[in-house]
Amino acid sequence: MDLSHIRNFSIIAHIDHGKSTLADRILELTHAISKREMREQVLDSMDLERERGITIKAQAVRVQWKGHELNLIDTPGHVDFTYEVSRSLQACEGALLVVDAAQGIEAQTLANAYLAIENNLEIVPVINKIDLPQADPEGTAIEVATLLGGAPEHVLAISAKSGVGVEAVLEAVIERIPPPAGDPSASARALVFDSSYDQYRGVVAFVRMVDGSFTRRQALKAMALGTEFEPEELGFFSPSMTPVEKLTAGEVGYIVTGLKDVARLRVGDTITTVTKPATDPLPGYKEVKPMVFAGLFPTDSDAYPELREALEKLKLNDAALLYEPETSKALGFGFRCGFLGLLHMEIVRERLEREFDLDLLVTAPNVAYRVKTNAGVEVEVHNPSEMPNDLDEVTEPYIRATVIVPKEFVGSVMELSGERRGRFDHMEYLSEQRVMLIYELPLGEIVLDFYDQLKSRTRGYASFDYDLSGFREGDLVRIDILVGGEPVDALSLILHRDRAYDTGRKLVEKLREEIPRQFFDVPIQAAIGSRVIARETVKAKRKDVLAKCYGGDITRKRKLLEKQKKGKKRMKQVGSVEVPQEAFLAVLKLDGGKK
Amino acid sequence: MKPNSSLSAAAADMRGCGSQRLSDDRRWEGGARGEPAVPPVIRHLYVHVPFCSRRCDYCDFVSLAGQRDRHDRYARALLAELELERDLLASELETVYLGGGTPTFLEPEALRTLLEGLPGASELTVEANPETVTPALAGALVEAGVNRVSLGAQSFQPRLLELLGRRAGPADVRRAVETLRDAGVDNISLDLLYGIPGQRRADLDADLDEALALAPEQLSCYELEAKPGTRFARAHGAELAEQADALEDHLERIVERLTTSGYRWYETANFARIESGRDLRAAHNLGYWRGHDYLGIGMGAVSTVRGLRWRNVPLLSRYLAAPGRKEKPPRETEALDEATRLRERLMLGLRLDEPVALAEVEAVLDREALVRFSLLGLVENDGKLLTLTSRGRMLGGAISADLILWPDTSLAA
Repeated sequence: MDLSHIRNFSIIAHIDHGKSTLADRILELTHAISKREMREQVLDSMDLERERGITIKAQAVRVQWKGHELNLIDTPGHVDFTYEVSRSLQACEGALLVVDAAQGIEAQTLANAYLAIENNLEIVPVINKIDLPQADPEGTAIEVATLLGGAPEHVLAISAKSGVGVEAVLEAVIERIPPPAGDPSASARALVFDSSYDQYRGVVAFVRMVDGSFTRRQALKAMALGTEFEPEELGFFSPSMTPVEKLTAGEVGYIVTGLKDVARLRVGDTITTVTKPATDPLPGYKEVKPMVFAGLFPTDSDAYPELREALEKLKLNDAALLYEPETSKALGFGFRCGFLGLLHMEIVRERLEREFDLDLLVTAPNVAYRVKTNAGVEVEVHNPSEMPNDLDEVTEPYIRATVIVPKEFVGSVMELSGERRGRFDHMEYLSEQRVMLIYELPLGEIVLDFYDQLKSRTRGYASFDYDLSGFREGDLVRIDILVGGEPVDALSLILHRDRAYDTGRKLVEKLREEIPRQFFDVPIQAAIGSRVIARETVKAKRKDVLAKCYGGDITRKRKLLEKQKKGKKRMKQVGSVEVPQEAFLAVLKLDGGKK
Repeated sequence: MKPNSSLSAAAADMRGCGSQRLSDDRRWEGGARGEPAVPPVIRHLYVHVPFCSRRCDYCDFVSLAGQRDRHDRYARALLAELELERDLLASELETVYLGGGTPTFLEPEALRTLLEGLPGASELTVEANPETVTPALAGALVEAGVNRVSLGAQSFQPRLLELLGRRAGPADVRRAVETLRDAGVDNISLDLLYGIPGQRRADLDADLDEALALAPEQLSCYELEAKPGTRFARAHGAELAEQADALEDHLERIVERLTTSGYRWYETANFARIESGRDLRAAHNLGYWRGHDYLGIGMGAVSTVRGLRWRNVPLLSRYLAAPGRKEKPPRETEALDEATRLRERLMLGLRLDEPVALAEVEAVLDREALVRFSLLGLVENDGKLLTLTSRGRMLGGAISADLILWPDTSLAA
């Protein structure tokens, strides 16, 4: 098909604002899929996404509409996946920006919209859910126009659920989004914007053909890594995999590479042909560096090999995940993993538990610190227990946070940001009701429970997004926790000196609640270096008897004792103290740092 | 408060167990199980009587309210079952124990039939609820050879008794003891409960005072267990959880009060009056705790005989049907291997104030835990004998759980 009849676009929307529903309607309207065979929300293929309303992996679906070939490229909605969004956006010329008519624009949507604008994409604003009783399409249209420029009249108003206005959306895609620019006769260049792994067919690359074309049985080459392969199949999603003989400039599709080793084809690479190779690769993506770290340990230490295997497999379609072996005195063998953010961490953990049937203990997350020791050595620390004592200087990552809230919550947001060492940058009224606040904050203050606190203090109204703004020096100290006199490496944390005492005290109080009473008194201390800053005691238990035991009870009582002992096996041994796994998450359960 | 009848298994567990019933006594004749071909000689007999005037809210025993028209048939069924098991019993029994339910709630005629048909024993105990004890009943019991009565007092506080759904009031308990004494019963045991919702320390002290004033030969003090699923647990679960910590004080208080009042804390929940020339411990129950074999007859009753444990069907109609056909009742069986038997020996032995011989339980004993508990002053261990210290006995459940080596080898580490 000639380029002028192709449109490549994605949908940017906040979770629950209706992206998947709109995608479904588009598929229906273009007869890509009949109503009867319609699973709701076809694009989100993983169970987890379906349940949480989150889309993790990008996919592309091709549909036909009024003589045009439309490629809908799915994008993840959350800030943690910005790098995936930027990949998807590079395959497009335009984006639908979907905003809930009742909720208004959210911080994450705004961030992704700006990302799209930076990538020179044409934005088509769409107000969804106009049929909801509390919908305010006019107000929302003004808000969107204020933020993105343009006239409120250009904002489309639809109900993806009922289908009202969806045709107009497709018209706008054709009219407003430019066709792809590319040279069909030049040497072939295709951008790999995502990939997945199939155990039978190997690596499947999702590509955007920029120049030239590929045909089946033509030897191909990934330019950065030099990997050569003969594709087993070319095709597109309709939404099921549909093989074709040829992929040409401007099109979006997939290549079944046959490669069994995922490391041989990197997302962001450019694929060309072996016989007539292109000279320059396409611009790739910015490498993303994980900034949030946590230890992952199998609750049953025998499951370590399974965990390693699972992480290897997960890494295949989650390039951003980083992991390295970690040994904890308290938790045994596990992995220190690096994540893009908290949601990324949560999703990895859930996938490990669900898809690989692992029972995991995830330690409280922390950020990456850059440390210069007295000896002048510079190191990056990913684990609080490895923070050297002979510090000369520590820098920590900072973020620029965008918070959008109804104006009555501005005070709460300011209070919370103040508690978390935030520096106010500026504030903007998006409408009479809604305000956008920009803060500089240390990422370390965000990773524990900032988001939960923000939600609870704004009764769920706040939306939040951030991007990294660099490293800055901080007066940071390491708090160690001692249980029964033994330091527990998995409980160490790094904090600003001003918050150390308060947090140390709360942490030992929480641990006192979490650690069951033992056969002896167990002191719990928080210390900075050798100085104890807080102390609590778990008093020895005085009674633990089976009330009575006669002839008819013996079997049951024996089984009760055996169960009691099995329950203890799930606990981790710190010195002679049995510590339940939940206690290692105590720092996550502190009451928000309220003074 | 009914020994030998605490069945957690619901009736549903028993489905199809008729087919599992043991064929006949030929199984004792050696061979398959490597047992010597001599018949076992059991000296302890338990007889379960499930009937009660009403079911207490907290009860999870095999018990049935009313059913007066079936009492006589049930008594005959018990004797029929006994007849089928006669070969297992020694010619002279040490103990016979009638538990329930409320054995004394049986229709007088049925009770007489039963007592007449049971073999004699050095200790013949009958459980009774205070309100059922009349001079006529007391006389009948003594005449039938009953020489020990276990009375379910539970508390002397009217509001707590009402909360438990007990029929007897404090006056009934006192009158019952007096009536039994008048009839010549010189071995009376009282049950008390602690941890009743709303029971304060002063209530417990008053209960102990009242109980001691009656000078029972034996006292059993049980923590109230609200089994999940009982009406009681639903009604009082939250309250019980709240007062859990206070129960530590209660148990210490009970032990302190009774051991300074001339009683021996001879088992976790049991206290016997110290009297020269008489051992007032419950001989029947000591049999359980020392790991002796026992035969239990009646619906839901459990027997343990030479490495085999079985539990009769806990459904009245199915139980009644079997002996009438000259068949043993449907049963659920559990084979106890040597290690399991030793684990139980250790678990039960540690409930007593008598030592357990290390050599006997060596194969299932976690040596490392033993050292740990010795260092903590929770067990005494001279290399031959093992006993829990007084503080250790208060923690006996948790300590046994740790001291026992469980089957899963990874637990042994």
